[in-house]
Formats: sequence, C-alpha cells, structure tokens
Amino acid sequence: MNGFFVPGVNSVKIQTFNSYGNYTFMSETQAMESMIGGEYKYGFTTDIEYEDFPKGINEEIIREISRRKNEPEWVTEFRLEAFEKWQELEEPDWANIEYPKPDFQDIQYYSSPKNKSGKKAESLDDIDPQIKETYDKLGIPLEEQKMLSGVAVDAVFDSESIFTTFKEKLAEAGVIFCSISEAIQDHPELVKKYMGSVVPKGDNFYAALNSAVFSDGSFCYVPKDTVCPMELSTYFRINNMQSGQFERTLIICEENSHVSYLEGCTAPMFSKTQMHAAVVELVALDNAEIKYSTIQNWYSGDDEGNGGIYNFVTKRGHCRGDNSKISWTQVETGSAITWKYPSVILAGDNSIGEFFSVAVTNKRQQADTGTKMIHVGKNTKSTIISKGISAGKSNNSYRGLVKISPRAENAQNYSVCDSMLIGQTCGAHTFPYIESANPTAKVEHEATTSRIGEDQIFYLQQRGMDEDDAISMVVNGFAKEVLKELPMEFAVEADKLLGIKLEGSVG
Amino acid sequence: MLEIKDLHVAVEEDGTEILKGVNLKINKGEIHAIMGPNGSGKSTLSKAVAGHPAYEITSGDVLFEGESILELDPEERAHLGIFLAFQYPVEVPGVTNKTLLRQAYNTIAKEQGRDELDPLEFEDYVEERLQIVEMKKEFLDRSVNAGFSGGEKKRNEIFQMAVLNPKLSFLDETDSGLDIDALKIVAKGINQLADEDKAVCLVTHYQRILDYIVPDHVHVMLDGKIVKSGDKALAVKLEDEGYDWLTDLASVSVNGEPN
Repeated sequence: MNGFFVPGVNSVKIQTFNSYGNYTFMSETQAMESMIGGEYKYGFTTDIEYEDFPKGINEEIIREISRRKNEPEWVTEFRLEAFEKWQELEEPDWANIEYPKPDFQDIQYYSSPKNKSGKKAESLDDIDPQIKETYDKLGIPLEEQKMLSGVAVDAVFDSESIFTTFKEKLAEAGVIFCSISEAIQDHPELVKKYMGSVVPKGDNFYAALNSAVFSDGSFCYVPKDTVCPMELSTYFRINNMQSGQFERTLIICEENSHVSYLEGCTAPMFSKTQMHAAVVELVALDNAEIKYSTIQNWYSGDDEGNGGIYNFVTKRGHCRGDNSKISWTQVETGSAITWKYPSVILAGDNSIGEFFSVAVTNKRQQADTGTKMIHVGKNTKSTIISKGISAGKSNNSYRGLVKISPRAENAQNYSVCDSMLIGQTCGAHTFPYIESANPTAKVEHEATTSRIGEDQIFYLQQRGMDEDDAISMVVNGFAKEVLKELPMEFAVEADKLLGIKLEGSVG
Repeated sequence: MLEIKDLHVAVEEDGTEILKGVNLKINKGEIHAIMGPNGSGKSTLSKAVAGHPAYEITSGDVLFEGESILELDPEERAHLGIFLAFQYPVEVPGVTNKTLLRQAYNTIAKEQGRDELDPLEFEDYVEERLQIVEMKKEFLDRSVNAGFSGGEKKRNEIFQMAVLNPKLSFLDETDSGLDIDALKIVAKGINQLADEDKAVCLVTHYQRILDYIVPDHVHVMLDGKIVKSGDKALAVKLEDEGYDWLTDLASVSVNGEPN
C-alpha cells in the first residue's frame, strides 16, 4: 500500500503536482511522469513565475491578485465585496483554542509559484528525519516521498495513457473536474451561479478572508443523471499544495447524480505559511448524493507546538434538492490549531446529512471541531458520529449544533460524541448545542469518555503486541465506526496514520 | 521450564510488598495449581511472571527455560511462549476477536521464526481451534470481550490460549464465573492443550476445577508465600477444611489482615 495509488475499482489516481508549469501524475502501477519545467498543456493560464508579491491586504492587493489570475470583473467584485465584509468582522474567539492572533498585514496573499529553479529541497536528505520516518512507516515509495517533499522528480515513466483514460472517462460522463481558476475561465456561468451560494462571502471572518484572496482549489460539476465514474481526489490536482493557503473548492451535483471526493493526504504536508483558511461548498440537487472525505495531516509543529499550521476552515454542504444526501467524513490528525465545522443545510424534504469524524490531537495540538446540521425541510435526517482522541498535552473539543427550524416536520438527529484520553495531561471537551423549534423533531445525543488504561495495553502486550501496536489497535477500534466510512484505499492508511500519530504517547 | 527464586514483589505505586519470597519450579508436561484465599498474592504472582508494569520486582528472579526474564517487556515474554489468561479480561471495543488473534498469532510466529498465516489460512486455523472450546464461528467477529458475559470472557481467554499455543500458561481464576457446563468445556479444552511439551499453572480459589483437571502439584499461598505443596489430595483437604489449619505455617505478618 502506498501513499497515493492503491489498486481499487474506479480509483485510478493521478496526480497533478505543482501548478504553474509543473505537473506530475502517477498510476497505481507506480508509473509516473514528470514534466518539470515543461509547459502545462491542460489549461492553466497562470504559468508565469512571480517571485515577489507584497505582503499585507488592501483593495489594491486584491485587484492585483485578480488581475494576475486574469479574472473577469465579477470575480474581482466578489473579492472586493468580501474584503469589505471582512474588515467589518471580528476574528472569532469563542473556540476552545489559544494562539497568538496572526498579523494579517504580515501575510503574503498571493503565493509565489515555484518551479524547479525555486527554493525546493534538493534531496530527501534536506527533509526533517522525523517526517522521513513517517513516510517510511506509511509505506510511501521513494519517488512519492520526493514529490511530497517538493523535491524535484526527474523520473519519467509512461503514464500518458492513464492520464488520458482518466480525462476521457470523466469527459464521457460529462463530469467537469478542474481547478477553480480554470472553471472561472471555462465555465463562468456555473461558478457565478454557485460560488458563495452556500458559504456567503461575509459568512464568517475566515470565509470572508478566503473569499477576498482565495488562491485556487478544485471545481467539480456532475451533470444530471450521472454517477461519477471514479472517485475524485485532490491528488488529481495537487497543485493545491502550492496554493493551499486560501483554497476554495466547489462541488455541484445535479439531479439524480452521485460523486465521491477525497481530499488530503496521509503523509505530512508542509506549508511555508502558518495560516490556512479554506472554503468548501457543496451543492446537492434533487436525489443527488455527495460524499466528501478528508484526511488532514498538516504539520502540527514541534513538541512544543511551534511552527504548526493554523487551520481555519469553512466547509458547508447544501442539500438543496429533495431526497438529497451529503456526507462528510474527516480524519483530522494534523495542524497545531484546527477550527473546522463541516456542516449540512438540510433544505430539501427528506434530505440526509451525515458527519463522521475522528480527530486526534497529541503534543500541544488544539482542535475545536464538529458540525452543524440545520434542518429546514420536512422528514430530514442527520447523523453525527464524532470520535475525539487526545494525548500528550493536547486539547480536543467537539462542538456541534443541531438546529430544527419551525417547518422541519419530523426531523431526526442522532449524535454520538465519544472521547478517548491517553495519559493524564490532555483535555477532551464536548459542546453540543440543540435548538429545536418544531415539536415533532426527534433529537438523540449520546456521549462517552474513556481512557486508555494500563490494563488495556498490558492485555494486548501479553498477547504479543508492543506498546505502540497496542495503542494503535485500541484507538482504531474506538474510531472504527468512522474509519469504515472512508473509501477502502484511504481506510488502511488512515489506520496506520492514527497509530503513528500516537506512538509513544502512553507511559 | 519456569523457575521462580525467592521472588519479592511490591506494588509499584506505594511500595506495598505482596510477594514475600516465592519459590516455585514448573517442568514441562506438568500441571500445577496454586490455591489460596483472597489477597494471598496468587494473582500478583501470575501478573509478575507476565510482566505487569504495576508490580515491581524488589528481589529474586524468574527464569524461563534457564534465562532470567525480568528485564523483558510483557510482549517479549509472550513471544517466548508465556501466556496469561486474565482474571478480568479486558474489553477492546471495535476490535474483533479475529483481528486481535491474527495480529497476536502472527506477531508471535514472526518472533519465533515461524511462518505467518495469511487471512485465509488463519481463518481455517482459527476455526479448527474454536472447536477446542466449543465456540461458534460468529464469536470471531465480535469485539474483544465487549458485551460478553463473565463466562464468555473466561472461555475466550482459553480460546486465545488455544490459538496462540503457548508453552507456559498461567490461568488466573479462569474457573470463577463459569457455570458447570462451561467449566467442563473449558477444563476439557485445557486438558487437550496441556501436552507433554507444555506446562499449565492454574490459579484458583476452589478445587472444583481440579475435579476435571488433575494437577501434578498443588501449592498453597498465604500472605505472599507458598506455605505448602502437595498433590491432588492437598486440594481436597483445603476444600474440606479451609485454610485455617495452614495459617500457622505462614510467617506472621505484622499488618496482615486475617484471611
């Protein structure tokens, strides 16, 4: 099993890596093509290198971002309006996290694209040995390790045919899958109609900031009566890695359609910048189903939490049509700070929202994560399964809102929030909020807290497992309800990842 | 196979001494029974042999096949072929019996230089072993001990023993909580597993299980020491007369509670 490419039906995974002129893609057969320095022939318009972009944020900067991305006027306006709202908003401080407030004028809002001549690591020897070890444990092959580390890869394999197959397959089905920058150029009517329709530009502080300065992200459109022929993944578009600071993703699933989307990577991801604020919008029309799975393993900082990523994400799905379904599955293991509440607005009658989450915190990590299920339509149902695992000196909070609006007859919610503590110095908290304005609603909430004990570990050790394997087994058992929701090829790696994140955390 | 020499063991946390000089020798092919009232140190002895971190060896030694095992981690002792059937088997929710057993089996096999079994081979093997304790196949897919009755948990311990096939097994009060039918099945399983190359040490309150498993040696523990050893007849005498007649043999403990 390797980092990206695992055999599986309809899961040919191809990676475009490092936008702006460089891309690489690979197949499950490990074939890989690198055209480093070559011209990007699949449609990015921004293949010029900009090294210096001024720090800070103001109207001029936003216009400049938009100009450099060659955006139409309405996108520039979208950004400027968002900026205006952002200035009126306060940075939220209600979450159970503590961190020095960023200086927003000290951030560079347009990431300088790099190519081979840029400041990349020259070889794997330049990579933090701990990270290297993690790659090895996850079983990620050397070439992929290089790619993940941003080391230039010169190996050339013949995988053109696989890439073509993938493109053809999607095109045949009528599925549009490209970067949001491309979509703005090529499918402006769709982007205009849906962007900001789920997460409005002024929704919250970070969403407004993202709307003003978003760099790139994925766009997916599944037309009517279509089952997307393969699992889509950000691996297809790893370019986001370079521009992930203010990533923006938009997925639209038309009537009677279905799509499964995978985001992230089990291998640790780096960034030059500490602050990340992404926006993800999902729209499901009548009878449509969107399944969105994430594995987040951003750099979580050193033992004291220094240098880790601050991850402030707004993810929201809109079950716009009747009988539609949106399902979020997340495995959150990285980042110093996680502030994230993938939510579903259940507008269509009989629509279904699901949230399955495993959040692991260790060392000094802080996570405040959960969901919002907003029941608007009749007979809407939501399920929340949250598993928080805290170790070290970390702090792990679940925060969830279940809201039943007056016209949501017979709405149902079932929530489970389980916390597991490892050691004596970590914290686990749950903040469930229930607001029901309809007496026919049925809302159930269960919560448990447990601690991995010496006896549990000793029991498994007596059966031959070492301490780390024992912890891994207990934790994976605890998180099983959520892990089984992941696509197969992710599940095995997620399994390993949980073990790796918690190594040596007992005793 | 196992030799315990003047073993003194204290609780790690507060230093309370529990074992006060235990001597015991178990040869392969033998079945031993250690009996004694609550608090006499029987369970501590089996946990100390298995390497439970809550207990500190203050002096003495434990040799397995001639080598001291005191410096070994619990899993390393398991790799040597030492098994402990727990008095209170631990629940591991979300992990199936099969998953645990396969990982345990393969880890030990690997350490012992034997072939690991792939999932299909393991399936066949484990189903055959299930018959030893007359358990149903469905049992394999249940989470380890989660929601099991007391009797099922005990039976599951013997099933694990059957799968892992250890050289030396300490069975810590495996008989308590079993009804008579389950006791017979478990006893039959243990008899089947205890061959001439293996050794079994039953730790028990009652001689009831000894009606079905005939021990070669019976030892009585009182206040952290083995105060008397004998054959099966000793167990019968204990059943009839209790432990009082032996208390004189135990060294006087200043703070000792009456047993």
